[in-house]
Amino acid sequence: MTTQHEYVDGNRLAGPLADVFAVDITAASTSCIGCGRRSVVAQLHVYVVGEGYVARCPGCQDPVLRYARTSTGGVLDLRGTLSLQVPLPG
Amino acid sequence: MSIVNPGFFGRRRGPSDRIPPGQYATEEFPVLSAGPTPNIHLDRWAFTITTEAGVEHTWSWDELQALPHETPTVDIHCVTTWSKLDTSWEGVSLDVLLEDVETAADYALVHSYGGYTTNLPLDDLLEGQAWVVFGYEGGPLAPEHGGPARLLVPHLYFWKSAKWVRGIQLLLQDEPGFWETLGYHEYGDPWREQRYAGD
Ligand SMILES: [Zn+2]
Repeated sequence: MTTQHEYVDGNRLAGPLADVFAVDITAASTSCIGCGRRSVVAQLHVYVVGEGYVARCPGCQDPVLRYARTSTGGVLDLRGTLSLQVPLPG
Repeated sequence: MSIVNPGFFGRRRGPSDRIPPGQYATEEFPVLSAGPTPNIHLDRWAFTITTEAGVEHTWSWDELQALPHETPTVDIHCVTTWSKLDTSWEGVSLDVLLEDVETAADYALVHSYGGYTTNLPLDDLLEGQAWVVFGYEGGPLAPEHGGPARLLVPHLYFWKSAKWVRGIQLLLQDEPGFWETLGYHEYGDPWREQRYAGD
């Protein structure tokens, strides 16, 4: 079996995170609790396991954002994020 | 669609009886990872069981290899709905690793290189139900499948069979792991379709 690229970029989160956010979250920026690096969500390294999404910091590989679609609803975990900056319209 | 009699393959019973509800059988071995594959050198690899009292029992790679090996052939079931029948592994039973460990714990939190964790009751690691495996289908376990060594607990969904395992923490209180804190089931029995909390 050939090894496929392990992760995709953060644009993969656009669909799933539209469950939760009314804005385009891929244009938001996060800062990582592990190393402090600020990244645009679209630049995060996203590991997709079924309906589970793990977005990791490109600097230190710590998870900064995790999301899963479960049988009872979406579960969002932002404990790896120091802050999330969202562009506002207008 | 099958063009040969099912008995041709000499199975104990029909494979469909061995596929839990909501699962499909595959011949593939999909690679699913929640993070990058860690690069682990065997001379620095170690496996540590830590009791609730803080006592550590550690095995180096050579010490693990010196323990009696078993070669279980088991069916595995991934929560993403694939199942794979008759997978063959080589490893050391958790019964052997836990034999001399003094504990009153009811729960285990499994830790991996790379930071992954998963929780399960300690009883589910005992009595021939779980192994630390380093061989797969006659060869060494590939890194993308958890090598050099992973946990194998085939009676639970495969996310409990932590890749790149480095230790087990024994606990008096249950503590949820990586997926369990994101809404996945604390136990994960594929025959009861315990995919998510509340299932
Ligand atoms: Zn970071």
